[in-house]
Amino acid sequence: MEIIKISNVTRTYKIGNVETQALRGVDLSIESGEFTALVGPSGSGKTTLLQLIGCLDQPTSGSILINGQDVSRFNRNQRADIRKATIGFIFQFFALIPTLSAYENIEMPLLLNGIGAAERRERVQKMIQAVDLADRARNRPDQLSGGQQQRVAIARALVTRPTMILADEPTANLDTVNGKQVMDIMSRLNQETGVTFIFATHDPRVVSYARRVVELRDGLILENHAGAAAK
Amino acid sequence: MLLLYKIALRNLARNRRRSFFSALALGMGLALILLIAAVIRGETEGGLKSSIELQSGHIQLHAPSYDPDKSSLAWEDLLENPQAIAERVATLGPVIKAATPRLYASGIVTSSDHSLGVSILGVDPGSPANAPYQNGLVSGSFITADDREGIVIGEALAKKVDLRAGDKLNLLVNTSDGDVDQQNFVVRGIYTTHTPSLDEAVVLLPLAKTQAIAKTGERASSIFILLSGNEQLALVKPALQALPYQMRDYLEMNELFVILEQYADSFMIFIYMIVLGVTATVIINTLVMAVFERTREIGILSAIGMKGGRIMALFFAESSVLAVGGIVIGLALGAVAVWYATVYGFYIGDFGATGFAMGERIYAHMSAQDAISLTVAAFIVTLLAALYPAMVAARMEPVVALRGGK
Repeated sequence: MEIIKISNVTRTYKIGNVETQALRGVDLSIESGEFTALVGPSGSGKTTLLQLIGCLDQPTSGSILINGQDVSRFNRNQRADIRKATIGFIFQFFALIPTLSAYENIEMPLLLNGIGAAERRERVQKMIQAVDLADRARNRPDQLSGGQQQRVAIARALVTRPTMILADEPTANLDTVNGKQVMDIMSRLNQETGVTFIFATHDPRVVSYARRVVELRDGLILENHAGAAAK
Repeated sequence: MLLLYKIALRNLARNRRRSFFSALALGMGLALILLIAAVIRGETEGGLKSSIELQSGHIQLHAPSYDPDKSSLAWEDLLENPQAIAERVATLGPVIKAATPRLYASGIVTSSDHSLGVSILGVDPGSPANAPYQNGLVSGSFITADDREGIVIGEALAKKVDLRAGDKLNLLVNTSDGDVDQQNFVVRGIYTTHTPSLDEAVVLLPLAKTQAIAKTGERASSIFILLSGNEQLALVKPALQALPYQMRDYLEMNELFVILEQYADSFMIFIYMIVLGVTATVIINTLVMAVFERTREIGILSAIGMKGGRIMALFFAESSVLAVGGIVIGLALGAVAVWYATVYGFYIGDFGATGFAMGERIYAHMSAQDAISLTVAAFIVTLLAALYPAMVAARMEPVVALRGGK
């Protein structure tokens, strides 16, 4: 089932009098349950595309349909609602709230979604075990390693049972061992839960996990082919 | 809501010192305005109370032609049979604390080589209206009704003309026929009302003696009436207005105090605005710094679906925690300052205006209404101070905030 349909999307940034076209007319369709890598060098537009799919930003032109809804013209609150209900994020810099414990960071999206206390507790416990951090639940981010922080971010992204997880360079700040661990978890959860994963990377080891690879260059999709994991 | 406060508390705890000083700034601001309010309230209420007790009473009745500015002793300007009028007033019930005839005259006190102009107050020595003078005796005793030679003078006058209780003085008095008379008196007592301008200018004689020396017969300048409280004025005023006398109430007689109180009230609003404005600026600065330090966190919260309204609520939660902390500090500091000013007061010395019954010390008086309204105002101002930083945070585009605002 197609959950994302991107049609002729452009995104132009204006800094002072200088206009930069980050995306120049992208068409892309993503099916439910995909494990897709957006690859390309710096400045190719993969992060911009991820931000547009994640409703963190709006395209200059074109349309983005998520579950059949055109989100490209949504207002701020509508975009916040769809992010809250449909999308989970994993960022390169872990992006945890430093004043909250691992448990509370994972719990936060559930609170925003108005989930009751008993169900919150059950879901957070389940996710924290899924990322193998049950013994670090009360630790704050600064008491966790980079790998552990990214695992908390994965749990937080998945706890609301979103339609898709968007990960921007999820292993860029991790060493090889932790990077592999994070990708293993993401891959396993994709298979177990069926949630769609789209991740931006330029790390070939990460790309090797993808079952589909979308290569971008200069704001355009250069190639769109099956990944190594699909073969 | 609990989570917002949990995050707010932890965010404030990140920079404990900064948060403490922000709360302290609010606390000091609140303590300052509480003290100012209490002092101003004490000054105006205390001044009015002194003036009523010492000079004006709550109500005075005069002959219709009496001009209070001239203190005329002409018979037609005085009340005939004043004791009967006072007794009639007293029948209005327990709201009348005292109703007593008084005769006002002017004269000159002379002692050895000193002489000074004074106001002579002829009083019924047995009336409770004389309590401030009787209770304020620093030496000697009070005059009695049949005392033909006794006089009570103020401490400031005694010092100026170098007199002590038991000493003799000469009093030159203007009489009702436009002439002057003089007599030697013995200083029976020396009083202080802690109002230097009054203590220097007012001497007390028994009413009968004053009538005799001023040649007014059994007449008096006024019936001096004290009520059980200021608010009783409206109750007795209609009954007294029905009498065939000129009536003046304490509001008319203390117009200066009333104007001063109104002026102080409006002036104080500006002072409150300045103090709370400075405090609000400190809070704004703290929260704006917090917004810029936590831009990326705001982006994260926004990315996971927190709406602008809730992000604003987060900053309001922080400012409300700061406000509560500041108010606790402010009430503690304010309570100490107000307590000191209430018990010990501030010495202002001789206010310098003759006839203006302002004491030599200002004592604070904190009303519950002032304390509550100023505390609520401080809380609201602190919350309002969060508006700008909260709006800055809520309006951040998540994609920009995630980049740290760049």
